[in-house]
Amino acid sequence: MLAAIAFYVLAAVAIVSAIAVISARNPVHSVLFLILTFFTAAGLFVLLGAEFLAMLLVVVYVGAVAVLFLFVVMMLDVDFVELKQGFLSYLPVGFLIALALLGELGLVAVAATSANGAPLAIAPEGVSEITNAEAIGQVLYTQYLLVFQLAGLILFVAMIGAIVLTLRHRPGVKKQDIAAQVGRRRSQAVELKDIRPGQGLN
Amino acid sequence: MDIGLAHYLIVAAALFTIGCFGIFANAKNVIIILMSIELILLAVNINLVAFSAYLQNIEGQIFAMLVLTVAAAEAAVGLAILVTYFRNRGGIAVEDINQMRG
Repeated sequence: MLAAIAFYVLAAVAIVSAIAVISARNPVHSVLFLILTFFTAAGLFVLLGAEFLAMLLVVVYVGAVAVLFLFVVMMLDVDFVELKQGFLSYLPVGFLIALALLGELGLVAVAATSANGAPLAIAPEGVSEITNAEAIGQVLYTQYLLVFQLAGLILFVAMIGAIVLTLRHRPGVKKQDIAAQVGRRRSQAVELKDIRPGQGLN
Repeated sequence: MDIGLAHYLIVAAALFTIGCFGIFANAKNVIIILMSIELILLAVNINLVAFSAYLQNIEGQIFAMLVLTVAAAEAAVGLAILVTYFRNRGGIAVEDINQMRG
């Protein structure tokens, strides 16, 4: 009973805050609502018995991705009011497609997951002797080692990509060049002139 | 009033739909489009974890972790492209981006 109430509250908050993400006027508010959506999704994961993934969601999304979004939104000085101009022109077709999509997905979800009209129950988590994190750890580094390494490779490529994209060499910035400093020879730096006495320099 | 698999799938479907709708509704604002993609990937994650709990199979959670990784990488690269674009053009209007084709 309590789990049902928790589910409905979390689901309602998740959907309402997701709607707020796409409809907020200020993108900073959008990012904050995105954080709320991820928090409630983490709550749903806990209800499903996936505590490890829930904590991962909070750490990765709220800790990294949402902060990245906040940085970019606040760093870019964009006139967001101007970007909102076309909001109404795309609304009807977008609404139509969204309605069709939701109807289809809901129909499939209900039809495919009910046996003789009764909804398929999620098997109650038995009192298992190992925790969720332990269960993941048992297979992640053995059976799914390649998936794990693929995830690492994806992150590596993304890191290189982001660095390459945002690195820029600004011209006209003075920097110390140690190689040039050390490699300087006497002939490049000093010139000896023979000056006759009493004539001065010209 | 038992919470079954269908309940979670419907929540995920709603989040997915909201994400798709967000792409249409905010077709000019790349930042909101990226956030909508994050919502879509979150919906996929909820589906994976719900089926993982329903089938009593940890596999779904492993793949949800992979999706999480891909989502984080996608956000990083997407925002890096956005910052570079903003630096070069001084704006992030999506309509002008098609000028980038060679």
